Amino acid sequence: MGQIVLNQVQKKFGEVEVIPPLDLTIEDGEFAVFVGPSGCGKSTLLRLIAGLEDITAGSIQIDGKESSDMPPARRGLAMVFQSYALYPHMTVRKNIAFPLRMAKLDRAEIDKRVANAAQVLNLTDYLDRRPGQLSGGQRQRVAIGRAIVREPAAFLFDEPLSNLDAALRVGMRLEISELHSRLATTMVYVTHDQVEAMTMADKIVVLNAGVIEQVGSPLELYHSPRNRFVAGFIGSPKMNFIEGESAASRGAHTIGIRPEHISVSESEGEWSGVVGVSEHLGSDTFFHIQDTGLAETITVRADGEVGYQHGDRIKLSPRTDMIHKFDPQGLRIA
Amino acid sequence: MARAVTNSRKTINTIASWAVGLLIFFPILWTILTSFKTEAQAINDPPIWFFFDWTLENYSVVQGRSDYMRHLWNSIIIAGGSTVIGTIIAVPAAWAMAFIPSRRTKDILLWMLSTKMLPAVGVLYPIYLIFIELNLLDTRTGLVIVLMLIDLPIIVWMLYTYFREIPGEILEAARMDGATLRDEILYVLTPMALPGIASTILLNVILAWNEAFWTLNLTAANAAPLTAFIASYSSPEGLFFAKLSAASVMAIAPILILGWFSQKQLVRGLTFGAVK
Repeated sequence: MGQIVLNQVQKKFGEVEVIPPLDLTIEDGEFAVFVGPSGCGKSTLLRLIAGLEDITAGSIQIDGKESSDMPPARRGLAMVFQSYALYPHMTVRKNIAFPLRMAKLDRAEIDKRVANAAQVLNLTDYLDRRPGQLSGGQRQRVAIGRAIVREPAAFLFDEPLSNLDAALRVGMRLEISELHSRLATTMVYVTHDQVEAMTMADKIVVLNAGVIEQVGSPLELYHSPRNRFVAGFIGSPKMNFIEGESAASRGAHTIGIRPEHISVSESEGEWSGVVGVSEHLGSDTFFHIQDTGLAETITVRADGEVGYQHGDRIKLSPRTDMIHKFDPQGLRIA
Repeated sequence: MARAVTNSRKTINTIASWAVGLLIFFPILWTILTSFKTEAQAINDPPIWFFFDWTLENYSVVQGRSDYMRHLWNSIIIAGGSTVIGTIIAVPAAWAMAFIPSRRTKDILLWMLSTKMLPAVGVLYPIYLIFIELNLLDTRTGLVIVLMLIDLPIIVWMLYTYFREIPGEILEAARMDGATLRDEILYVLTPMALPGIASTILLNVILAWNEAFWTLNLTAANAAPLTAFIASYSSPEGLFFAKLSAASVMAIAPILILGWFSQKQLVRGLTFGAVK
């Protein structure tokens, strides 16, 4: 029902090609996340699906129907904006009811659906307030309520959690994931935060300058990144990339090893270095090691609290089964 | 560190503000006072301030001599009509310029504004002749059309700046919610821009009310608004200051009262775009 197919979709702004011809299929009921650095075209892609921008070439099918020329109102989608985009002159109730009013449903049906959505999102006590009287999290829920009430073929989220504080973000992440389980509707979610992507997605689409670098499940992208870009984008802190002797001896131009796959010891290890900055979180410790001869800094994650100090000489041992190999073009070598 | 505002500072500021205010208001104050004097006392040298024989004879003469109510009604229709029609035309235009600007939009806006730099007297003849052809001379319809066209650049500009303050995402949300263009402008844009639209209407009603050049030249007996009413009192027979003052007060009273009650709105509207 909510399948979205993009066929050779291209977008140009004047002469500038922002998205080269691109193919993508999002299955019905999937939670797909578009992720990538700022300016990579993920929001533009979302807006093309929504119909807020016209595609320069190619076609989009939503729910089996050719939708490339349809205005946003007719595509059967609902969108949650980064800035919530609530109607400031209407109460919460009227905000949520607005799409139903536009669809010309009758009074009774509108009231029923609004009450339902308010209950699902814990907004029943706020129905008569204006957006200006709500907190950020509440406003976000009103925006989601306004989207749910339309019973769309798919939900589109444009960085919805960016404007919330960190604690709220974690809570809302769970709520959105729960919503997805409950409604089983297709969701397309745009974010630059790869933690959100990893925790919420069924399928992640990594974008770079309008080009899809890789599509896959979170763990696929974590374990088998197709190229250096994806390898460096997924995972926090970033993967360490090493060129030169250590890479050549393993038959690659560049090797990559994640911070969590290197162990530290005072006595034994293949590589050695000097501890620079260390970050102590209590649950983990991150060391930034200098003077390794491998790369400018090697980042290492250690479990729990490990007490090496600035200036200590230590040895590093990478897990050999977790080393990623890349050729001179940055593509993965199996 | 914040600078403390001393009491003496506040007193000086208050006195200065009142002084400037009185200075600006003085001509109107004088007119109002003069309207209650006799003709002889009106031209007295040195000028008399408050201690004269207050009389209402000027008002009754003015009212008896010419039909104030008809002129008032004409002013209301001409100022109100041209502003309302102008606003209805300007809202979609300003919408297009604010939300779907093209490379030429700025040029068009500046060009529209440049038409206000045209000396009206330069096009008086052609317009007069056109009006004769179309039987629009001395009609309220004709004046409504002319004043609307004159004020349209200002209305579009003001609405344009207010619409730019509205986040485009909210209109996009409306589109995603199924609103057609008409729904979007009617249910979302207009309510959100209402303060701006109200200020624009207010300002343009005032401008149209005071418009003297076209109203004097294109009207005679039927459609003459209050501007013609005042003008008829500065006649070759001599200046009757007291009666002229009375006529002036009767002409500006409605708009002064309107301005007084809507001053907060006016100030807000005029300075809205200034603070980012």
